[in-house]
Amino acid sequence: MDLQLPNPVRPAFEQPLSEDHVIVNIGPSHPATHGTVQIIAELDGEKVVRTDIHCGYLHRGFEKECEDHTWHNLIPYVDRLNYCSALINDFAYCDAVERLLGVEITPRCKVLRTLLAEYSRIADHMTCTAAALMELGAMTAFLYLVTIRDAIYEHLANLTGARLTYTYGRIGGLARDLPDGWLKRLEEILDQSEEFLGRVHGLVDRNRIFIDRMRNVGAISTADAINWGYTGPVLRSTGAARDLRKDTPYLAYAELDFEVPVGIKGDNYDRYYVRMREIDESSHMIRQLIDMLPSGPINVDDRRCTLPEKQHVYGEIESLITHFKLIMDGPQVPAGEIYVAHEAANGELGFYLVSTGKGTPYKMHVRAPSFVHLGGAHLMLDGGQLADIVPSFGQINMIGGECDR
Amino acid sequence: MSMLERAKQRLASAQEAAIAHGVLVVKLAPGDVLSAVKALKSEFDFDLFTDVTAVDWLGQKPRFEVVWHFYSTKHFSRVRLKTRVPELEPAVDSLVTLYGSARFMERECHDMYGIAFRGNPDLRPILLYEGFKGHPLRKDYPKQQEQPLVPYRT
Repeated sequence: MDLQLPNPVRPAFEQPLSEDHVIVNIGPSHPATHGTVQIIAELDGEKVVRTDIHCGYLHRGFEKECEDHTWHNLIPYVDRLNYCSALINDFAYCDAVERLLGVEITPRCKVLRTLLAEYSRIADHMTCTAAALMELGAMTAFLYLVTIRDAIYEHLANLTGARLTYTYGRIGGLARDLPDGWLKRLEEILDQSEEFLGRVHGLVDRNRIFIDRMRNVGAISTADAINWGYTGPVLRSTGAARDLRKDTPYLAYAELDFEVPVGIKGDNYDRYYVRMREIDESSHMIRQLIDMLPSGPINVDDRRCTLPEKQHVYGEIESLITHFKLIMDGPQVPAGEIYVAHEAANGELGFYLVSTGKGTPYKMHVRAPSFVHLGGAHLMLDGGQLADIVPSFGQINMIGGECDR
Repeated sequence: MSMLERAKQRLASAQEAAIAHGVLVVKLAPGDVLSAVKALKSEFDFDLFTDVTAVDWLGQKPRFEVVWHFYSTKHFSRVRLKTRVPELEPAVDSLVTLYGSARFMERECHDMYGIAFRGNPDLRPILLYEGFKGHPLRKDYPKQQEQPLVPYRT
């Protein structure tokens, strides 16, 4: 049997710069990198001289597939971009389509979407931080964070029916309203998360091993971060308080009181701390949102996009036809183009949509923060230690689903 | 006059400029893109290059529309540049000299649409693999077409 399989990548360099150097290949399926990413690194002893980073192992033709489905049918697909905070993707996509349609969502839907986006952000930051801590050997801290994350997933499953890929957003609203007692359980989870986060802070913040591995590792400046397209917690860790929720408020963020935590040095420690502080801010926002949650419908009353209620579909011909047309032909979105960016857990998540007035998009492009961040990841890795690749990479929080699409 | 209005007037070479959904949308000739981006970056603080992609208007001439998005972290505003390039020679100037983030994003656009970015030294496949034939997001690339790198096991 011929075992000579073709190589999917062509390395940027094949000859080492010095004869003392060695070129090693890490990944694409390495147990310590979350996500299928391949790093070709030139090493001088334990020191990383230069790196060539390859992604795309999870490419599944997301954007091509989107051109072949109705606007509503894309919601399960966008769920699978950043699957750690799928609701944020849902709401950003729905927001883009709604703006093209000229639909204004109801006040209750607006507050609920904001609340759920922040709730997802907590889960996402916990996943990222837990994994990063575990890679440094902090197993207890990992278990504390994942315990809360699991409670959040169960709680969201209670609302949406799924633990990870919720398909909960709808164009013009949401799939369903909150079940009884959901908000009460939400407050319990927030209280418990605060206790557990306090334990994590106690375990690692001033821990010598943790500081030695994180402080001054993978540091980048604000200018570099902006030049290389960094947004989200990585940009904020460098000291720039740039947050789309504050700068270009969408949903209900303009009505909320919250801070934008920033770091000082832009190193891995700051990225850890910014994420932990953002979890606090998200909890604070959720508590305000619970208090301001208005009553009323969650879906707009607009037959161009909102599915009629099931009892009417079965009971009257007009609703049956509306349902049929919306499912078979899709909502007829007016011709035009739009770019909508939301502050996702990893950074700016942008949807660029082009409609030609049909029930399916003519073009759908996702500006995935993970992908852009990977383009500048060599800044954090080059010049560092081989063992620091994994923690630095973990703090970028590359999510294969959204990076490779 | 708002910053976007001033930017709109500054880009006098534009074929068309308008503010839509709060974003300044400017259509340019392919040769004017680089100078327009330089002006936007140095004079109007559009320091964050967020995205580049293309739209395949199959059947129209010129066929491809390349679309750039920029964001200003000082003024919190966005601008979208668009230019049309022909099917036979789909090429525009690269922005790698102005923005580091252009490196990966231009590679992706080259993968998906075959747009050549003049001046980008590294247009290796990024989401696709070495030796992939065609550009999958072009409208004439059939969705069902398969070209596995490793033959399927039978």
